[in-house]
Amino acid sequence: MNTWLPLCVVLSSLLPGLVIFLLSDAQRRTRTVLNLGAAALKLLLTAAMAWGVFRGRHYETRLPFLPNADLVLKADTFSLLFITLSAVLWFVTTIYAVGYLEGTEHLSRFFGFFSLCVASTMGIALAGNLLTFFLFYEMLTLSTYPLVIHKGTAEALRAGNVYLRYTLIGATLLLAGVVLLYMLAGSVEFTERGALWGVKEHRTGLVVAFALLISGLGVKAALVPLHGWLPVAMVAPAPVSALLHAVAVVKAGAFGITRIIYDVYGVFLVHDLGVMRPLAVVAAVTILYGSFRALQQGDLKRRLAYSTVSQVAYIIVGVSIFGTVSTIGGLVHLVHQGVMKITLFFCAGNFAEELHVHRVSELRGIGRRMPLTMGAFTIAALGMIGIPPVAGFITKWYLGIGALEAKEPWLVGVLLLSSLLNAGYFLPILYSAWFQAPLQEWKPSPRGWEIGLSLLLPTVTTAVLSLAAGLFAGGELSPLGWTRLITEREFRP
Amino acid sequence: MTGTFALMAWPVILPLLGAVLALLVGRDGVRWVAGVASVATLTAVVVLVWKVATDGVLHQDLGGWGAPLGIAWRADGLAALMLLTVALVGSLISVNALDHFGSREDREFLPLWLFVWCALNALMLSADAFNLYVTLELTTLGAVSLIVVRRDLPGLEAGLRYLLFALPGSLCYLLGIALLYGAYAALDVGLLAQRVQPGPVTWVAAGLVTVGLCLKTPLFPLHVWLPPTYTGAPTPVTALLSALISKGSYYVLFRLWLEVFSPVLDAEVGQFLGVLGAAAVLWGALLALSQSKLKRVVAYSSVSQIGYMFLLFPMATRGAQAGAIYLVVSHAAAKASMFVAVGNIHQAVGITDLGGVQGLAHRMPFTFLAMALGGISLIGIPPSGGFIAKWLLLNASVETHQWWWGGVLLVGSLLAAAYVFRILRGSFLPLPPGVEVRSIPLGKELAPLALALLALVLGLVPWFPLGLLSVGMAR
Repeated sequence: MNTWLPLCVVLSSLLPGLVIFLLSDAQRRTRTVLNLGAAALKLLLTAAMAWGVFRGRHYETRLPFLPNADLVLKADTFSLLFITLSAVLWFVTTIYAVGYLEGTEHLSRFFGFFSLCVASTMGIALAGNLLTFFLFYEMLTLSTYPLVIHKGTAEALRAGNVYLRYTLIGATLLLAGVVLLYMLAGSVEFTERGALWGVKEHRTGLVVAFALLISGLGVKAALVPLHGWLPVAMVAPAPVSALLHAVAVVKAGAFGITRIIYDVYGVFLVHDLGVMRPLAVVAAVTILYGSFRALQQGDLKRRLAYSTVSQVAYIIVGVSIFGTVSTIGGLVHLVHQGVMKITLFFCAGNFAEELHVHRVSELRGIGRRMPLTMGAFTIAALGMIGIPPVAGFITKWYLGIGALEAKEPWLVGVLLLSSLLNAGYFLPILYSAWFQAPLQEWKPSPRGWEIGLSLLLPTVTTAVLSLAAGLFAGGELSPLGWTRLITEREFRP
Repeated sequence: MTGTFALMAWPVILPLLGAVLALLVGRDGVRWVAGVASVATLTAVVVLVWKVATDGVLHQDLGGWGAPLGIAWRADGLAALMLLTVALVGSLISVNALDHFGSREDREFLPLWLFVWCALNALMLSADAFNLYVTLELTTLGAVSLIVVRRDLPGLEAGLRYLLFALPGSLCYLLGIALLYGAYAALDVGLLAQRVQPGPVTWVAAGLVTVGLCLKTPLFPLHVWLPPTYTGAPTPVTALLSALISKGSYYVLFRLWLEVFSPVLDAEVGQFLGVLGAAAVLWGALLALSQSKLKRVVAYSSVSQIGYMFLLFPMATRGAQAGAIYLVVSHAAAKASMFVAVGNIHQAVGITDLGGVQGLAHRMPFTFLAMALGGISLIGIPPSGGFIAKWLLLNASVETHQWWWGGVLLVGSLLAAAYVFRILRGSFLPLPPGVEVRSIPLGKELAPLALALLALVLGLVPWFPLGLLSVGMAR
């Protein structure tokens, strides 16, 4: 069982996905049962694996592939951080998507690719070496493209083109980096101290490979100037945006960068090669640029999209300064940003679906009509700004302390400025939604609730999770507790 | 018949027998005869492949004549893999070709294809340069008959054009091996490999052989006949030409270069072929990008993909050899799938423009899935055979410190992505009003999907073909 569990986690969404493709659009019940059943099964498998890893068990699937390059899926503490996040958020997103897309066309195609997307994310999380990582990373690109262009409008197609252009060029750079690294170091597998630990020769080659790998991954992680696809891709349906921004795509990039730094090169070697500081600078620029642009957007989803550009860079900043505390801050933000951002996109979807509100200026007084949704939005937005006790505060606290510890005080300034900007683009929304009178009377809800339960419950759930991740951060199995465990193992001398 | 002989003879005899019988029986019997002959040949090929994979290289002298003069057959891992590719891809193409034409052409297509299949199998098994020539000629003549099977003007033009370029190609090749025979008194590839020395005769002979085979394959800048020929030929025939027949001449070039010429030629010649290959990759892809007709995009893509196969010559490591052959095999599956899918689209909506695919993904899901998967393999995105080929070639370019070939490969795949997604993206739009989609038999829709899945499987279990390929590989 220990051998096949990682593969089962990938297959648990791949196989249902393939079956879903074969269903006709009318077979709604079968499709929903398959979707939710697969999501629930994956949660169970993930929980079992997390418990095993916590107790020191080892899970690894190894399949023969190419000469001197196997396909390896294995579960370590870091992959579990990512798959637990994905499994939980996928479950709620599935419920949300079923409700959101009800009555539209091509649902089997949508949910088929949706499942492939999750299967790829699981593969990325569990990949045990760079080749395996690359295979699933590309599969993710291919399975998200049909989701981005799902609406079939000319605008969606244009967005799809931009998305492909960026991600395929990124993948090409990544492939070049992977091949170069395979030639320099052989088939390197991810290890907790970094596979290249102690390598002394080929320094130039290693730096070139690092640059190629990071720029390839930086496209998905939306590092400036490689971020251009992300704001455009928000034409996709709301559940897809949620997935792109919180779980699958940008996270795959951030996760990959972290893997490269810690588990391929090893943090000491990266520090030694002198490539960490440039990366931190790029990430800091991204944080500020994303926030500035978010401030300028009148469209709610676009504002959230630029906010993602900025927020994902927190993860990169955290992992690219040398020190345990900042690493904890960066890694934990992978989870925190996920739950908070998915809440925000759910809310944006709710506003659009129920009241056809798309622009920030139209949000006046929306708190009266949709108090629970707006409440969830408020929690997540406060978290993004970094106000305790929401999860985002934990991140910023650790990042700030970590920057000081690593003698990079300028980063504290970046963090403060960014928080100010975050407040600048979120607080006006909160103010006008709660305290201003609506432009005109909202049409009343036909049901007892402000919006259908399949849209409301996921939104409230993730908002509660954002709060809980902050409130119970001290617990051993909280995201923060788990991140500490990872970091201890990475930095073990 | 002795064991080894039978093993190697059946894959050649069975399709020939089938072709003759199919010509003799009436209209109704053709499909039955062709079907039985195909299954029988496929079985014979699988048995041969299995034997090679377990027992190693098979060798057989024919008619009591041994080397140096006689005719010898040899089946190593490379030959076995090619036989298997021809059998699988060819069968699926001919399944799709059923009902493609009128009843008369249908009656002629199947026997002609069986004849070409026989010639290709004999080509893969030949171990001497003259036999390679004869089988290559038979393949060419069979191909011409296939191109003109419809007897319409575009087909006749295409057939004539193909013949006009292929014949000088054959002549060059024949001259080349005549020179070799005159100088070294050997035709057997193994013997030639031992005897050939550097010198003017060898250089001229190698030049003639190479030019001849590059004309037939064709390599840039000798590719000018390819796009009009591929466009003019009936679509299933184009699929056969691109997937299998052009690979026959490449196979001969691969064998002669790696086993006979490259040890005695300067490295610069290999570099020169690599430069032409690189130019083909880029030029073909750029032209594919600028076409407005569906079939021409796919045809120019072949010019580009053939270019990759010539990047082997400057690198020539074992990994690069495996990569080139892997590209040959996965391109056969992927490109066949795309051409056949294009044929389905023509048949369903009668539109030949790129814009004509609008909204079709919902009406012909299998055809478009095939097109997408085939395209993924052409681009070289995992999981697909194209990716494995790209990976092996990229590794070789880094390993031999010739990273620029790797650069060409990467830029080429980005361009490929551009032209493939140009085909696919419109298909997701809503169907424009007034377009009538004729329904297509399920078998015709499933054949390209099966071909595309073949390309996908090549990317999932590469250890099998690579293991087979290593049986008896030079160096």
